[in-house]
Amino acid sequence: MLTGLSIALGTALVVIVLVVYGVVAESFRDAAQGYHLILGAKGGKLQLTLNTVFHLSQPIENIPYSFYKEFTEYKDADGRPTRGKYASAVEVAVPYCLGDSYQEFRVVGTTPDLFNKLSYGTFPDGTPKFYEFSAGKNFTADDFRGAVIGAVAAKKTGLQVGDHFPITHGLAEDEDAHVHEEDAFHVVGILRPTGTPNDRAVFVNMEGFYLIADHAKPVEAEDDEAEGPQATQIVQLREAKDSLQQLLERDTLSAEASTEIERIDGLLRTILGKLSPSKAEVKKSQSAGKSPDDVAGSADGGTTGGIAPLPENQREVTSVLLLLKNDVFSQILHNKINEGSVAQAVYPSREVAKLFEGIVGHVQTILLILAILVVVVAGVGVMVSMYNSMSDRSREIGIMRALGAARVTVMSIVLFEAILLAVLGGVAGVCLGHGTIGAFAPVITANTGVMINFWEWAPAIYLGGWSVSPELVLIPSLLLLAVVVGFLPAVVAYRTDVSRALSHSP
Amino acid sequence: MLLLKDIQKSFIEPDGKTLPILGIEEFCVARGEQMVLVGRSGSGKTTLLHVIAGISRPDQGVVEIAGRDITQLSEAGRDRFRAEKIGYVFQTFNLLPAFSALENVLLGMTFTRKAANVARARELLDRVGLGQRLTHRPAALSVGEQQRVAVARALANKPQILLADEPTANIDTGNQQQIVDLIRETCREEEVALVMVTHTPEVCSQFDRVDELAEINRVAKRAK
Repeated sequence: MLTGLSIALGTALVVIVLVVYGVVAESFRDAAQGYHLILGAKGGKLQLTLNTVFHLSQPIENIPYSFYKEFTEYKDADGRPTRGKYASAVEVAVPYCLGDSYQEFRVVGTTPDLFNKLSYGTFPDGTPKFYEFSAGKNFTADDFRGAVIGAVAAKKTGLQVGDHFPITHGLAEDEDAHVHEEDAFHVVGILRPTGTPNDRAVFVNMEGFYLIADHAKPVEAEDDEAEGPQATQIVQLREAKDSLQQLLERDTLSAEASTEIERIDGLLRTILGKLSPSKAEVKKSQSAGKSPDDVAGSADGGTTGGIAPLPENQREVTSVLLLLKNDVFSQILHNKINEGSVAQAVYPSREVAKLFEGIVGHVQTILLILAILVVVVAGVGVMVSMYNSMSDRSREIGIMRALGAARVTVMSIVLFEAILLAVLGGVAGVCLGHGTIGAFAPVITANTGVMINFWEWAPAIYLGGWSVSPELVLIPSLLLLAVVVGFLPAVVAYRTDVSRALSHSP
Repeated sequence: MLLLKDIQKSFIEPDGKTLPILGIEEFCVARGEQMVLVGRSGSGKTTLLHVIAGISRPDQGVVEIAGRDITQLSEAGRDRFRAEKIGYVFQTFNLLPAFSALENVLLGMTFTRKAANVARARELLDRVGLGQRLTHRPAALSVGEQQRVAVARALANKPQILLADEPTANIDTGNQQQIVDLIRETCREEEVALVMVTHTPEVCSQFDRVDELAEINRVAKRAK
């Protein structure tokens, strides 16, 4: 009985490890699906994946907003529809602005495309899973203060549709984090549970995110409208001018140099003069409540309730999720972006796979080995217990032999007993394992967002071309274990001397 | 029915010496015959029963039961022969404690090639007076009742010979006669030959044939 219980406990442990690991792995994989690449500042690939996909770790540096635009279609300074350098390969580009939090949850400034156009994971039949809302709806581009809350974050914070909440500049663990009470967002939608890390995040309209104090990128007074190549030219011209001026002051240059300085000044004025819209125009449009893209003729514009959007030259993004038009583009874009100096592109699925193989996989292997050891130790317990009981049972064996049971028959009976003990213990263990998972499922889901339930089977593995749940391999493995541990007692039963066994007093 | 010829049986002692136990020239029991075997302790009575039952193999000689020399059979063959042709009643009943009276009788039928006959098991238990106690385990039965179950079990496969090794030794005097009567009656009804080992003179006096083991066993005779 006790030995059967120890087998049940060991099996339950194996089941729990297999199921929880499998579900977590699936959840991780799902989280990294739905798009091809993540774009972010140069740095650690894993860190970029962790803070973009899993809302963990510190965000890396930001990348220029202008670079993000290279992956989109927008309207240029003159209002003409323009296609970014890489836009033809891109289906959707969803920017992420990170670095803020609400209570313990990360805040993600993004666009409505995240929930409208991207999916997460796939169903067993291969169809993509799209985001759904348990309450409310997605925020719109022109609702600058709109927010969507992940299922777990909503449950834990108690936020409901219509509620207003301020976000904290910086992460909860940062010492200098402070709350922007004046820039509250309002909840327009609560996501249905997805089983991905997005359940534990708060999503706000990127436009509102930019407008929070301290979120604008500092710019120099004169060139605050310049960006991209123009900004670079301005900086270079300024440096050349300063250098010439210094040489002139030391009398090491002729008077002709002063003429050259004047020419550079002229060039600077020309470049700044070409920037459109002019400072005055922007100010005018801001007072009318239009976004910079409106000013530039973007289709993304709309009424914003009198809130002016942040000028583009003060914007940055932390990362961009790229869903491409086909898989071939992902390799081309990946190489192209990584060859440049502005940003890096990573395959999130590869990073997740590496993370699992490198760290989580080892933890699972260790846990699995420990759990299997528990089962094996329980099996050895069965063997010792049965072996010890053989001397007590030799009389029973003698009686059966005297009644006509062959040696092989009594050996089979003992083996069958070991198998029965292992199978019953195993079945009880599988039930116990699933029962434990079922009992803790609400707590696990509420705290981690990982969706798990009583009927959750460990994800299938491939054995000889067959796809089977490792749990189904458990019972045959236990049978094998039973045969191994039952063999020694069975041999003892086989070798029982009937005359001697019957001569023992009962 | 039973013929033992030139039987030699000895054991090896721990010090390596050979200890002869049986040396029987000839021993016969006819079909349906009932006889008693008497002898002092250590004269080889139980060993003789084991040799007849095929539990032990003689060092030499013939053990012929119903025309078949069982010494020529393999161990598995002897096991099956024992299950089908020989009934055995032990001094200490030897019922399995975890099984009910009915299950103990059915156990006797398990090791034959035929399927267990529940109706016959019930009928036998009814015949030994335990029709109302089928589901009782040995611990819930008196010693007399336990021996009745053992008798029913021994007869379950309609054996040709019943070997009873001091079946009344552990039973109170009041029940002894009932057990003896039961064994003899059922053997008579089923035409089963009976070889009963006993020390009780009252039991011996009821049989027409009483063999002194020391008379037929040369080894015991020499020791005498």
